[in-house]
Amino acid sequence: MTSRQFAYLSNYAIYSAMFTYTIAFFAHAVEVAFSVRHGESSTEFDFAKTDKSGRIGTAMMILGQVFLTSGVLLRGLSAHRAPWGNMYEFSITGAMAFSGAYLFALIKYKLRWLGLPVSTAVLLTLGTAVAVLYRPSAPLVPALKSTWLIIHVSAAIISGGVFLLANTIAATYLILDRMESRGGRNEWAKKLPSLEYLDQLSYRLVAFVFPLWTFAVIAGAIWAESAWGRYWGWDPKETWAFITWIAYAAYLHARVTIGWRGRRAAWLCLFAGSTFLFNYIYVNIWGTGRHTYSGL
Amino acid sequence: MSTENPLGGVPLLRWMWRQLTSMRTALLLLMLLGIASIPGSLFPQRTQNPMKVRDYLATHGALGSWLDRFRFFDVYSSPWFSAIYLLLFISLIGCVLPRTLEHLRAIGKKPPLTPRNLDRMEGFETLSGGDLDKAEAWLRKKRFRIRRDENSLSAEKGYARESGNLLFHLSLILILVAVGVGSLFGSKGEAIVNVGERFINTPTSYDSLSFGKFQSDQSMSSFSLRVTDFNAKYDPATNAPQDYRLTVQAAQPIGAPEEKKIIKVNSPLTYGNTKIYLQANGYSPVVTVRDSTGSITFHGPVTFLPQDANLTSTGAIKVPDMNPQIGFVGSFIPTYDRNAKRGAFSAFPEVLDPRLLLSVWKGNLGLDTGVPQSVYRLDTSKMTRIGLKQLSLGESLNFGEGSITFDGWRSWVNLQIVDDPGKLYALFGAIFAIFGLLLSLFTRQRRIWVKSGNQVEIAGLAKNAAPGLLEELAQLKKWMEDDI
Ligand code: HEM
Repeated sequence: MTSRQFAYLSNYAIYSAMFTYTIAFFAHAVEVAFSVRHGESSTEFDFAKTDKSGRIGTAMMILGQVFLTSGVLLRGLSAHRAPWGNMYEFSITGAMAFSGAYLFALIKYKLRWLGLPVSTAVLLTLGTAVAVLYRPSAPLVPALKSTWLIIHVSAAIISGGVFLLANTIAATYLILDRMESRGGRNEWAKKLPSLEYLDQLSYRLVAFVFPLWTFAVIAGAIWAESAWGRYWGWDPKETWAFITWIAYAAYLHARVTIGWRGRRAAWLCLFAGSTFLFNYIYVNIWGTGRHTYSGL
Repeated sequence: MSTENPLGGVPLLRWMWRQLTSMRTALLLLMLLGIASIPGSLFPQRTQNPMKVRDYLATHGALGSWLDRFRFFDVYSSPWFSAIYLLLFISLIGCVLPRTLEHLRAIGKKPPLTPRNLDRMEGFETLSGGDLDKAEAWLRKKRFRIRRDENSLSAEKGYARESGNLLFHLSLILILVAVGVGSLFGSKGEAIVNVGERFINTPTSYDSLSFGKFQSDQSMSSFSLRVTDFNAKYDPATNAPQDYRLTVQAAQPIGAPEEKKIIKVNSPLTYGNTKIYLQANGYSPVVTVRDSTGSITFHGPVTFLPQDANLTSTGAIKVPDMNPQIGFVGSFIPTYDRNAKRGAFSAFPEVLDPRLLLSVWKGNLGLDTGVPQSVYRLDTSKMTRIGLKQLSLGESLNFGEGSITFDGWRSWVNLQIVDDPGKLYALFGAIFAIFGLLLSLFTRQRRIWVKSGNQVEIAGLAKNAAPGLLEELAQLKKWMEDDI
């Protein structure tokens, strides 16, 4: 097959993934919404009734992951390189990492409920990628031709996926926490796990990928050394990677050595995650520096 | 602990030292370093983009000069940034070294005594059977460190957590040292070299060169490079660069037999701590200037600077040895095209159909005023224009006082030459940091106690609420209560 055919196939795979995630979104929404039953005097839940819908949701998440992964791989094949050369490609790969992190965590933890926010976030990311960021598949400029690009970017994208998952959980924590402090969870939220569980889970995720993020930053430095003649140059992208790193280090210290839990920890987690997003969005689009030559 | 008189002499110093080396301070400094690095990503920096800084200063008036006064355009070398960095460094050392010594001393030691009351610990339980020997056998098999007393047993596991933690923090110190070494003992410079020319690694060969405080031209590594070929490949559909390949004949040390070497964007040429990078490329048109008698007053390649992705390049040719002095403002177009809107422009970055646009000026070049001049610009304030023409390859322009011929072109490359003796330490620091981090984040540190009195009691304590302790205690309980 030619490069162009691979590129077309990749696009179709991405569209299919979007379609599948849309179904997943609705299935998860139905699961939550229709488990409410209005009795005579009170409102109750019957999750047995909507369990099927939840399972359809998970199946669609898996299928979407398959499509999305194929889309990313085909994109790489069409360009003869790792598919991380511009923002469109970062976005589809990032979405892949994010939903992959969800599916991976689903094996270990009971968090099918996260399917709703995860499918929403993936759809938004893919939608933006296709509508705004799309670029035809093309080879890389010489500076991006390096094994370290593959290593550095894959580590960064996986870390990003897990950081954002931790953020989603921390945000859920804050919402539920607010409900509880106002007298109790809303009906739809009763099925979600306990606050303590969410608090622990977001910490675990961060502790789990923090070394990987550290590695991503270091791999970036090694690559910068071989491409640009310095391993650290305070380029905006580097600066913000450093800030993200410090923010998560602060989060870990706050939890481990000062003993922060709950609301404050969740806010700190959200803050740290937002430095990551800021780096991705602001620095890529409006920033200056050497990382912005990817043609978006 | 003399805190009664915190304001006098030595106690004050000691108090300050303790404050500085507390973990809270270190963390605060770390946060501060993060915050202090933000302005550097929002304002243009001299080290990265001096032109943008100049533009910013020109358009922002008083605000700009105030920002400049507080070094917002040199954030990473500013006194305030360095102060945070140094304080953090000292704080880390003061914080981590004592802990390291303590940890080393603890290696041979046994776990601490069993606490008197186990019932306040986690997973406290009274067993229906078993004895200390049985517990010890199980804990030994699980590689706990054990302290056996007459009727109690104290076991601990997970020392690697603190080892990893210390390794990580010591590595941070190593990285900070490496950065310091690099900036004090290193050097960094750039030089533009035409294909066919030779570069000798001495300070005068550079267009720009900066030394660390303890580095000088004496200690520069000795080598020379003769640039024999430069090949740039571009995608015919998108004009995007695909590959750059520089071929040099290198001699190290200077005068040694030459060897052929290839330099590419991601693979610099390395001599010890010194690396030579291919940074940028462009074109130098080759011209011959003759006076009115026909004798040659200037001949050679003149470096022009690229202005766009298709390498339209501009520059100046100065001929001081004519009377009056002659200067040319030029624009080199590697692949000529034109349309009504843009006029003449370059349609492709390779040289397929070159043109040289020249405007000719006569008068005073202003070279002997003592003010350094850019070689790429002509100061036309004391000159008058006497001609304008677009030349194809081989064509000449006659301007009365003489003539100029467009003979050809050469490629030039911009070499960046960096000597960083600290970077290997930084790399080791980084590798150790990751190992330390993994050890510390994924080791569960916990203690388990067993007491035998009237009944056998067990309990434990997990540091940092590490998970899994209760399961472990349950296993121990089952093992001890089984009658085998
Ligand atoms: C540069 C960023 C830093 C990072 C990423 C970092 C990372 C960590 C991590 C992950 C832990 C957890 C280890 C555990 O669970 O026991 C930790 C613990 C610790 N850190 Fe840092 N650290 C940093 C800076 C510092 C600084 C500047 C200091 C003080 C000088 C410091 C002092 C400590 C101490 C004393 C502990 C042990 C806490 C305990 O055992 O309860 N750290 N650090």
